[in-house]
Amino acid sequence: MEKNRTITFKNKPRIVSYASVVGKKEGEGPLKNYFDKVLEDAIWDEDSWEKTERKMFKWVIETAAEKGNIPLKDIDVLIGGDLLNQIISAAFAARDLNMCFLGQYGACSTMAQSLIVGSVLTDGYYFNKVACGASSHFATAERQYRFPLEMGCQRPPTAQRTVTGAGCSILSLHGESNIHITSATIGRIIDWKIDDANNMGAVMAPSAADTLSCHFKNTKTCPEDYDLIITGDLGFHGKELCQKIINEEHGITLGANYTDCGCEIFTKDMGVDCGGSGCGCSASVLNGYLIEEMKKGKYKKILFMSTGALLSPTSSMQNDTIPGIAHCVVIERLEGE
Amino acid sequence: MSKIKKDYKNIVTQEMPKSKHLKNAIMAFIFGGIICTLGHAINVFGASMWGLDKVDAASLQAIVLVFLGATLTGFGVYDKLGNIAGAGTIVPITGFANSIVAPAMEFKREGLIMGTGAKMFILAGPVLVNGIGASVIIGLIYCFIG
Repeated sequence: MEKNRTITFKNKPRIVSYASVVGKKEGEGPLKNYFDKVLEDAIWDEDSWEKTERKMFKWVIETAAEKGNIPLKDIDVLIGGDLLNQIISAAFAARDLNMCFLGQYGACSTMAQSLIVGSVLTDGYYFNKVACGASSHFATAERQYRFPLEMGCQRPPTAQRTVTGAGCSILSLHGESNIHITSATIGRIIDWKIDDANNMGAVMAPSAADTLSCHFKNTKTCPEDYDLIITGDLGFHGKELCQKIINEEHGITLGANYTDCGCEIFTKDMGVDCGGSGCGCSASVLNGYLIEEMKKGKYKKILFMSTGALLSPTSSMQNDTIPGIAHCVVIERLEGE
Repeated sequence: MSKIKKDYKNIVTQEMPKSKHLKNAIMAFIFGGIICTLGHAINVFGASMWGLDKVDAASLQAIVLVFLGATLTGFGVYDKLGNIAGAGTIVPITGFANSIVAPAMEFKREGLIMGTGAKMFILAGPVLVNGIGASVIIGLIYCFIG
């Protein structure tokens, strides 16, 4: 059963183009120079937060296509999602772009999930060009999952800040790019009985450890084989838990080449408690910082993972625990291919 | 089941970053104290300047504090205060105003009737139901015993 979780892509789909957009606060963080656009304010001339998120989603698809000189009509299918009910950001963006659409929901694991589905479809020659994207917005997520924005309450120190951001990668077997997706491991739903909706890092850490250890086992690799191992949005607390679990359960040590997108996009002194979270966290870090640095040659082989806490206000209110999921993809810079 | 999986909840509780209870309590005391002192000052002002009786002075106090809480919420200040003051700004009546105005503003985009109208008591509603429910029960007990 474990073996079936890992896919090795024979034709190694290329990331032919990519784009990212983030909000103002993310644009003040350490990765600010890597994003294609930093919004000046959270509303971006729209009349609701949801419309802003949709605009961000649409913008990254259009910008990724433009950066790669790909006419929008050449994109065969858009694969993506977001955190909102009925994945309205992705669906409405697909409506406006008039594209074939495969909506995804994997909570914050959506970026890796979309990349896996996209890679399978391109690797199997079913589609020529596939756009994979994900988005999240601080204000839309707060309102759906927590409290109204103006509510004057304190957040516990385990809470994370939903990243306002979106990212898109366009995959194809053909093109100039030497950035390839070579393998992927699909996550299982793991529930270690955490019911604290303000501690998503603890919810997702066991699933991240499970998928990572399975991937190492199935591909016969170890953490040292990668220039960078980066999880989605475990945050400062969840990252430590993930290292602890994978060490105690599987005897694997995640060392200096391991980090988390939620710990990279913000610094601890930015008032974000345990770091960044949301679909847009791993989506914007991948399509901003990571691919950019791979192009420059800093990283040659990375293990990119998105982690999702499948939190529903309904199931939480009915005293259910919160399950987690994590998917990973290996992205490699292959010279001369 | 592995050891870490079995003990996971305890491990998480032990290792997670903790709230600074002493600092939070001091801030709540200071901010809550300021709001209550302000309320009392309004009460005394109403009684001495305008000769209001005890009931009217208390009403004036509530009206002014609710107005201030709602206004500061509208200007986007109350949530920032709440982040520092914690319980100090939630417990007084200004916090009650905040808990109604915040969802009213948030859901205005869904329309005035089914947005603001339906959602403005989403946070204050449970407080009202339980508060009124408890007062009815206490009232009945008082009626029969007292």
